[in-house]
Amino acid sequence: MLRVTDIRTQYGPVVALDGVSVFVPDGQIITVLGANGAGKSTLLRSISGLIHPSSGRIEYDDRRIDEAKPEQIVKLGISQVPEGRQIFTQLNVLENLKLGAYTRRDRDGVRRDIDRVCQYFPVLGQRRSQVAGTLSGGEQQMLAIARALMARPKLLLLDEPSLGLAPLIVREIFQIIQAISREGHLTVMVVEQDAQAALAIADYAYVLETGRVALADEAAHLQENDEVRRSYLGY
Amino acid sequence: MVRARGSLNADQVLRWLTQALLIVSPLIVLYLVLAAMKWIFNGDVTFDRQYIVQGIGQGSVYGALALALVLIYRSTDVINFAQGEMAMFCTFISWALITQAHWGWYAALIGTLVFSALFGAIIQRVVITPIENAPLLTIVIVTLGLFQVVNSFAIFIWQAQPKSIVAPYAKVGAKSVSVFGASVGRTYVGALAITLIVMGLVYVFFNYTKLGLASRASAQNPVASRLCGVPVGIMLTIGWALAAMVGATAGVVAAPISGLDPTFMQGLLLYAFAAAVLGGLDSPVGAVLGGFLIGIIQNVVGGSALLKDIKDPVAFIVILIVLMVRPTGLLGSKTVKKV
Repeated sequence: MLRVTDIRTQYGPVVALDGVSVFVPDGQIITVLGANGAGKSTLLRSISGLIHPSSGRIEYDDRRIDEAKPEQIVKLGISQVPEGRQIFTQLNVLENLKLGAYTRRDRDGVRRDIDRVCQYFPVLGQRRSQVAGTLSGGEQQMLAIARALMARPKLLLLDEPSLGLAPLIVREIFQIIQAISREGHLTVMVVEQDAQAALAIADYAYVLETGRVALADEAAHLQENDEVRRSYLGY
Repeated sequence: MVRARGSLNADQVLRWLTQALLIVSPLIVLYLVLAAMKWIFNGDVTFDRQYIVQGIGQGSVYGALALALVLIYRSTDVINFAQGEMAMFCTFISWALITQAHWGWYAALIGTLVFSALFGAIIQRVVITPIENAPLLTIVIVTLGLFQVVNSFAIFIWQAQPKSIVAPYAKVGAKSVSVFGASVGRTYVGALAITLIVMGLVYVFFNYTKLGLASRASAQNPVASRLCGVPVGIMLTIGWALAAMVGATAGVVAAPISGLDPTFMQGLLLYAFAAAVLGGLDSPVGAVLGGFLIGIIQNVVGGSALLKDIKDPVAFIVILIVLMVRPTGLLGSKTVKKV
């Protein structure tokens, strides 16, 4: 499981995370909510090794990872679906998926997993040789998730998967995420602005506000509490 | 359902047809333009078979260096203006290995390839990596500076007088080969063969290997590549090392033809850029095809008494026209930007 203890991450003089602690137990879906600039993306980037916290600890399965390189963290079983999809727009769907499996050496397993993700996202299976940049926003999001799944992760991080997508597509994607988590015993950590969509599938939720954890509770409690919903979650 | 590798579908066939058309159409356009010029200049411009064959021969040398440019662009997203000088430096190393260390030609070639790989890797680590987050213009200017430094260093070590160097394939068989009724020197035939082999290797590398795919990805989106577990820094270094090796091969192929002195790559670099731009900066096949076309155009223009003075600048004209009409080149892929 993932344990983030009291990390402080900054971009030069700008402190984005100021003593954030998060615990992600195996098999659960955790969501981190908050407004723009609350530090949610920085949290995921810190976990994935794209930026290193200046203090605090990040441990995965009791092993410290806050100084590790991004390549090593992928090999440990943590994959991230970054903000804004970040698919390889000039490569086709199949090539994007193959890149997700870069750290793997089992060619047959990779081939089987390509079929598996195409079952979760049939539209990808139909467009294997299509250039990724020509896919629609929702399809690109599915491709980004599928690509992260190709690494056979144990922990999947998602950074604002609802960004720029129609509500219907958002719901479809979140349902697929929930199904994947259940079937594959995959631990999921979703960072979101769309609190309603995220709470619908999450077990536990953290709310970040200007770099600090303002609230942490079971998702069901947050959904029931009207005042919390209005002041922190905006609905 | 996994699609079998060998099966065709309408989509693929259409794409191949389009590519074939793209290769054939400039030849048709070229013929029409030259026929028009012939009519305008009243027979002064001739479209002799000799020009085509000679053009392909010379063009293969341009294509060889253009392959290095394509390789470095596709694997690192950088235009390296120092590619020619680096190739020149490595060619001098091969000359030194042959004449001073008394190695055989093939041993010297391998030694040169090893040297060039290290040379390219070290330059990438020491010069390029510190500025990798700088704007593209900065990186371009740095490669221009690198051009100067490598050039001066070569002159310092080996002086400016030309050295002679003979390729082993220039001593094999007949002095010149007759192709379709035109004759071409065997040095050019050797150059063509080597260029086509390198083109094939580069093509296979980018399109059929895991490393080539990771290399392309690293150039296009380093952050996403890192999140896939690709060691982006290492990929960029490998890109420079491979490009340096291809450049050294181009130098070794060109030197017996143009003579070996510290300036011999400078003119060639211009034609190589024209070839790469014409063929598409991310297409190895395009680079070689572009080289052939530039070679043919130069020979035809050079054969006309009226136009022969623009034989050299015609490469500039080609670059200008391509950038205006079809900036991605003949076989280059259009950048897809979805809003």
